[in-house]
Order: sequence, then C-alpha cells, then structure tokens
Amino acid sequence: MGTLQPQITPEKPGVIFPEIAQIPELFRTCIQCGVCSGSCPMGEVMDFTPRKAAKMIADGRFEEVVSSNTPWLCVACHTCQVRCPSQLLIPDGLFPALRSAVMAEGKPMEQDLQKALQNTYLYGNPMGQSPRKRAEWTATAGVPVPIISQVKRPVEVLWVVECYPSYEPRNQEISRKLARILNALGVDFAVLGHEERCIGDCEWLAGERGLFEMLIERNIEILGKYRFKEILITDPHAYRTLLNIYPRLGGTFRVKHYVQFLAERAGQLKPLLKKKPSAAVTYHDSCCLGRKTGHYDEPRALLQAIPGVNLVEMIQNRESALCCGGGASTIYLDRYIQDRAKDRLADRRVQQAAATEAGILAVACPYEPSRFEDAVKITGNEEKLVVRDIIELLAESMGLE
Amino acid sequence: MNIAVLAKQVPDLVEGVEIDASGKAVDPTSIRYILSEPDDHALEEALLLKERSQARVEVFSLETGEAREALFTALAKGADRAVTVQTGQESVPDSHTTAKLFASVLHASAFDLIFTGVRAIDDLDGSLGGLLAGYLGLPYVGLVRKVETSSDGGTVVVEKEYPGGYAAELEVRLPAVLGVQAAEQPPRYVPVSRLRQVMKAAKVEEETATAEGVEPLAVGRMYKPEEGKGATMLSGGPDEVARQIADILSERHLLR
Amino acid sequence: MANNILVVAEHFQGHLTDITFELLGKARELAPALGGQVGVALLGHDVGGLVSELGAAAVVYAADRPELREFTPDAYAAVLGSAIGHASPRVVLLGSTSVGLDLLSLLSARLNLPCIDNCTAIKFQDGGLVATSQIYGGKLFAEVLLTQRTTLVAVAPGMFPAEAGKVSGKTQVVQFPHELRPPEMRTSFRRWIEPPPGDVDITKVPVLVAVGRGIQSADNVPQAEALAEALGGAVCGSRPVIDQAWLPKTRQVGKSGMTVKSKLYLALGISGAPEHVEGMRGAELIVAINQDPQAPIFSVAHYGVVTDLFDILPLLTAEIKTRQG
Repeated sequence: MGTLQPQITPEKPGVIFPEIAQIPELFRTCIQCGVCSGSCPMGEVMDFTPRKAAKMIADGRFEEVVSSNTPWLCVACHTCQVRCPSQLLIPDGLFPALRSAVMAEGKPMEQDLQKALQNTYLYGNPMGQSPRKRAEWTATAGVPVPIISQVKRPVEVLWVVECYPSYEPRNQEISRKLARILNALGVDFAVLGHEERCIGDCEWLAGERGLFEMLIERNIEILGKYRFKEILITDPHAYRTLLNIYPRLGGTFRVKHYVQFLAERAGQLKPLLKKKPSAAVTYHDSCCLGRKTGHYDEPRALLQAIPGVNLVEMIQNRESALCCGGGASTIYLDRYIQDRAKDRLADRRVQQAAATEAGILAVACPYEPSRFEDAVKITGNEEKLVVRDIIELLAESMGLE
Repeated sequence: MNIAVLAKQVPDLVEGVEIDASGKAVDPTSIRYILSEPDDHALEEALLLKERSQARVEVFSLETGEAREALFTALAKGADRAVTVQTGQESVPDSHTTAKLFASVLHASAFDLIFTGVRAIDDLDGSLGGLLAGYLGLPYVGLVRKVETSSDGGTVVVEKEYPGGYAAELEVRLPAVLGVQAAEQPPRYVPVSRLRQVMKAAKVEEETATAEGVEPLAVGRMYKPEEGKGATMLSGGPDEVARQIADILSERHLLR
Repeated sequence: MANNILVVAEHFQGHLTDITFELLGKARELAPALGGQVGVALLGHDVGGLVSELGAAAVVYAADRPELREFTPDAYAAVLGSAIGHASPRVVLLGSTSVGLDLLSLLSARLNLPCIDNCTAIKFQDGGLVATSQIYGGKLFAEVLLTQRTTLVAVAPGMFPAEAGKVSGKTQVVQFPHELRPPEMRTSFRRWIEPPPGDVDITKVPVLVAVGRGIQSADNVPQAEALAEALGGAVCGSRPVIDQAWLPKTRQVGKSGMTVKSKLYLALGISGAPEHVEGMRGAELIVAINQDPQAPIFSVAHYGVVTDLFDILPLLTAEIKTRQG
C-alpha cells in the first residue's frame, strides 16, 4: 500500500471546525463502503461505527449519535482517513463536530477531559501547572537552554517544547537529553520558556473550537515577536497542527519534528554515536508522525545510524501501525474507554513489540513512554521490553546521559 | 422560585500566595484570582434546581479579581441574571464585611434561596453563608450536598454532610441560606466559544453596596509553614529512598 | 465579663465525639492563665448520661429537650446564644465541624461577636490569647490576637490531644434560661442517611496507602494497590480522588470521609490540605511522597520524600516484597 497524502495540507484545504450541521454536505461523497469502520481500532466498541455515524448524521439523526459513546472513542489514529476513497475528514472533521455538539448541549463530560480543558484555558497546559514553571526542567539539563526573550537576537532554531515535554517528569528527562544533543551538535537554539502555551492539537480535536482559537491567536502573537529560521518540536501532535492548521489561521512557520531535524544532520551526528544499543530495537510509528505527515524513513534512518543496531519491524508498521490510543484528547478519556473496550490499544501494541526479537521499543512521541511503559507492566513484559524515545537512544549512544 | 448564588474570587493556589511587606496580610500583587470552587458547586446545584423546578437563578459577586468572567460564565451556564457589586473598597473584604455588603444588596424577601459555597480558602473570620443568614435573620444549613424542592414550595429538603460518609436529611423552611459543599454533579463545562458569545451578547449588571460597623480581626502576623517542618526528609536516588523507607517500616515491625 | 472558656460539646449517636475532649483539654490548659474556669455547653435530648464524661469542665450548661435531639442550626444557635449570654465567656471553643461550622458564623452575626475559623493552635501570650489559623489550603498561617470581646473560635478536629480532655472532676450542672420559639425553628431533622456498605472499613485497617491527585488517573491506582497488598493493607484516598470516582466513597479520608488512626499512613501525591489532614493526622507513622517541597503534608508527616511518586512506588513495592520473602 502506498503512502497516501495527508488530508489537510495548505495545498488541499479542508474545513476546520465544521459544525455538525455542515457534516451532511461535507460527507456528500461518502459511498458507505465501510473501510473506515473496518480499519477503526475502536470500531467494535462504538455504539455507531464511523460509517454508520456518517450515514445517520447525513439523515439528520444528530441526537442519537451525539448521545452515544461514539464521539469519545475516536483516538484520531487516521487509519480511516488515509484509506477513505473519498478522502473524507473523519477524525479531523466528523469527530470534533460531534464532540463540539456534545459540549454545546451542556451534557456532562468526562471529568478528566473537562479538567484538562479548563486547565489549558487557565494555565496554558492540561496538567494545571503554573506557566511560570514551564521552563523548570531546563535547570538540570546540564547544558544551557537559552530563553529567547533573554537572548535578544534572532536564533536559527526556536524549540517549541510543548506541554508534556515541559511538565511531565518522564518527558522532562527526554527534553534534557535533546538539549544535550543539540548542544553537542552546536545548534543555535532557544526556547520560549514561560511564554509558551499549548499548541492546541488536543483542544481542536476535542471539539473545543473556542479554546483552540484562543490558543492559536495567542501563540501566533508570541511567535511573531521573535525571529528564527525554523521551529523544532518533539511532539508529533503539535508538529502536525503547526504544519497543517496554523498556516490556515494566519501562522505560517517552517516547522520540523526532531526526527527530520536530526536526520538532516545525520552526517554530523553519526561520528558522535559510539555505543551499541543494549538490545534489538523495534520502532513504533506514531500516528501524527506516520499516517498524518508521512515521516516513516527519518526515524529509521536515525536508529540505523546507531552503531551495531539491529532494527526489526512489528507486524503492523508504517501506514498500518497501531495507535497507542491517546490521540485527540483521548489520553484524558482512558477511564471512559477502558470501561467499554475489551483491551487497551497500548497493550495490544506492546504485545506486537514483544512478539519481535526486540528488547527496546523505540518511540518519538511524548505520549508513548508512559503509555507503553504502563502497558509493558500490565502485559507482564517487564523482563523483555523497555521503552525508549529515539532521543534517549541517541543520547545513550553519544554518552550524553 | 428565586435563587441567588453568591460567588467569590479567591487566590489561585496553583500560582501561590505571598505575604506582603507588613507580614500581616497577603500581597495582592502576587495573586491570580479564580472562582472559589465551592461557589462553583453552589451555582451548579442552583442550575440543577432550575432545570428540575423552573427556578430563576441570579448570580452576585463583589467586583474583585476575575469576577466579571466568572459572572459571564454563570450566564453561559444558564443563570438568568448576573450582578457585580461595587464596594468602593481597595482590598478584598473579609467575610463579615462581605456578608454585610451582600445583606444590603439582597432583599431577603426577593429570594427563596440563597446559595453560596460553604467555605472558601481565605475564610479566616468565618464563612459568608452563615454570617449572611445571621444578618438577614434567615435559617442556614452548611455542608449541603443535595437540595430538593417540596410540592408546597414553602420548604426544601437538604442533605448535610457528616464525617464517616453519614449525612443528615433536614427540612428547611424558606427563605433560607444554604452553604453548599458539593453539587449533585460536577460543575458543568462551558465551551470557550460559548463564553465569548455570552461576553459579547449578555450584560453583567452593577449594583453598589456599603457596609459599616465591622471590626476586622487583629492579625499579628502571617507566615508560611516551614518547608518540611515536622517531617524528616529522606534524600537520595529512588532506589536509595525506597530502601530507607523499607528500613523504617522494618524497624517499626510493619513488614510481615 | 469573666475570663471563662466555654466549650461546645458535640455528640453523635449517643456518644460524645473526640472534638469535645480535644477542646476541653485545650480549655483546661488555657483557663489558669486566663484566671477563669472551663464551662461546656451540652445540648441534646436524654444526654444527662454524658455529663459524667465532662469532668474536665467546672460547669456544664445543659439544655435537654426533644427539639435538640439531633443538631439543627436554628434550634442549637438559639439555645447556644442564650448559653453564651448566660456564661459570658472570654472565648467560645467550637469544632470546625458539621455542627460547629454552621454555629460559628450564625452566632457571630446574630450576637455580633468576632469569630475565627480553622484554628490549629491557641496560646496565652503577652497577657492575651493568640489563635493561629491555617488558611489557603494550608499554605499560610495567620496569628490572630483576640480582643477583650467574647470571641468564637472554631478549631480543626485532631489538632489537640483528646486525652487531655478526658479527666474526671467535680462538675456543676447549670440550667440556664433559654427559649425555643416555633418561628425560630425553621430547620427540622428528618433522618440519618447511612454510608453505603463498603468492602473495607479503612478505620480498622492498620496499613493504609493513600493516594491524592498526584496519582493522576484511575489507571495508576493499581500501582498503589500493589503496594498496599504487599504491606497487607488497603488503599484510601483524598476527596479529589473520590470525586473523580477513582476510589469509592468508603475509601475517603478527611473531613467528610473517615478519620483513621492507622499504624502506617503512606501518603502518595497528597498535598495535605487541612480537610484531608484532619482525617489522618492521628496515624502513628506518616510517610509522605510528593513532588512539591512546599506541600503542607510535610508538616504533618513523620518522614517525607520530595520526588515523583511513580519513580519510587514500584521500587518500594519490590523492596518490600523482597524483604518479606
């Protein structure tokens, strides 16, 4: 199966923030083939599968779909969207519209998600931590991490750290290691520090249009204050949103995910990679980096650059990779989903990793380390498998821990 | 049935609270304000009553902190009227002053029920609900977690929380003041777009109030608890600390 | 006005509750410096049998009538108001409880007397009384200087030792004039609602592993359960954890939950707000793990660690399992 182009690009404008009433028109070309339902990892659990939901909405049966469990079970893996013969906006259009309708009706929401949205509104991050603490992780990075407002000159690279890599302890460690790698490569970079706020991927896909607009307005304003050549980002969700959505709302920036950025510097990086990994490695293609933006080769190139690496593939890889189950704000709906699903997507994915000969599950997305580490414990694979971000593997190989 | 909800702005603990130069009060410049959480529950319970029994809900707040945004949010949630009360005071008044200010604004007979959060994090001199009831000569019940109207409309039945998971069911004759601990469901969410809509379309009314004759408490000093005071702090890497804790448990014969 | 202290007794299902003795003990300690005596107001019905337990007080102001069988704010405030008028104390000590909280503010307004809530300490200093209150979720303390007027002070449960109030002594019972006029009695008690039968009575479990917001999600509770199991104990939680339904209500520790006095209380990701601390400060050994070095829990814990609880939790569970073989 070839690589299909991502749905929303500056060249192929879709509709952002459709209202539920616009869905019948947007889905006029739905041929009810059912590829979406068949591909959907959550399809069996939904009251109405994507295909059914699209048909019911087209028939005006909004209320039934809005009150079902369907709106909250889409993890935005995009398996449906890349396969849909009519290239319809399912996780990017239908589901945010459904969620927005639920919220507009004032129906009770899952408290974890409500808190995450309220926290983002108040503090610019879903964890509810003070914005003033957003750069605290830099204090123990071991190398200087300049704050752009203090640097007072244009920089080559503005590193937008994002919420999880700034506040979540497991990810803060990864941020520190990336800082050391950038330092070793002599990259001229800076971070926004406490001016940084959530890029807004979760909020958009959760159907919180107003909150997303508020974030994007503010972020475009803040980014506009500074001069830099490109944005570096480690969070694939934010990467995709900055790449595809921000330009359509007035914020066009050159943005790269770290796998691209470091792969471009492979020549510089390779001589610094000295140590062999402790076990064979298998790589998990996260949805935003894979199906949504097509970066399958760069992460593999980076892993292949590590001396002595043995890279093996899981049964579902590249376009067919299995989602960890946290996209589109469903990272805040774990309880809701778990009460309804037979098993967790993350558990299934870890079983696939364990079935290879790999001892290391490599990832490139901030959601993955905790989700997969939990899954490793739950599936009893603690002796067999560890989870490492590619940054961690590179840093280890470079002796930068 | 007419319900008044009294909402207060309090310091946001996520951002922290600092003591001012005098050492006797909180430094107002160090504070970011948010709605007191029990007041959010009071509003939610009032809105639930409105949905169940065609009540009218009016929300009042002193003009401090982010009161206007909280009032617009209340309107977006379904409140019928929102009022900000100008006090002409520089600083955030204490509970007694606040109660007298509201007493002058609210005419007891205009409302069957007055809801407010049972307490707020900055209540040094008692809580608004009980004080207001005392000044207005109305009955009061605090730590309320459920309110039901009765068929005759002259009373309500409330559940009042006690320790150990117990609750007392009480019947209260109206008009009355209730101090809400928790609503029957978590406070509802207002999408930002709806809030913005309401901010453009709706109005927050203004009233003024004065309060006299309140002698403030004499605060000698304010201070922060010493960090870790009382606890012997353990340090070291996670393995090391886990071992230390296990050692302590072992010494106390807590390991089987 | 004499320099007497008046304690407001509380009882539940026929027994005086601990707060009564905590307040009596403190009152006994303060009375000599003030040069006054300790009085206690006992309101209820058929509560004469409780008088013998109030030996710590010199005087019992008793009001025994059917309308006072169960606590209702109106009736109790009316009678207590009369008691205060009659006893004319320097200080009235109440519990910051379901009973005391309602009375504190109602009486302060009705009788035009100053009041202080959330008191954690009272001492006699420089010729006067100083009450320390904990505010802002436990992040700040305020020392209030009491004036010469009768002041109502609500004390957080568990701050003072109950044992100090359980002494025998000669107590005089005083009937004081009070009236309950029907128009004043606008609240009536209908019934008690019992807590749902639970799987575990955490007040009887010697080892408790407590989780707060820091546990982050229901998914992580099993990690705490694993530790509890290794120690032969049970998991409990602070109010936010119960509100989010990560644990059932029967596992709630704190103000409207249970009060526990376990042998071990391991507080994981619990900030230590007063409403929670109230329910567990009596535990024999409190070990707290929290990422915030300024978390109030460290003031009440015996041992503390500032770290990410998810770093420690699995290691601690493993270490304990290893040692127990």
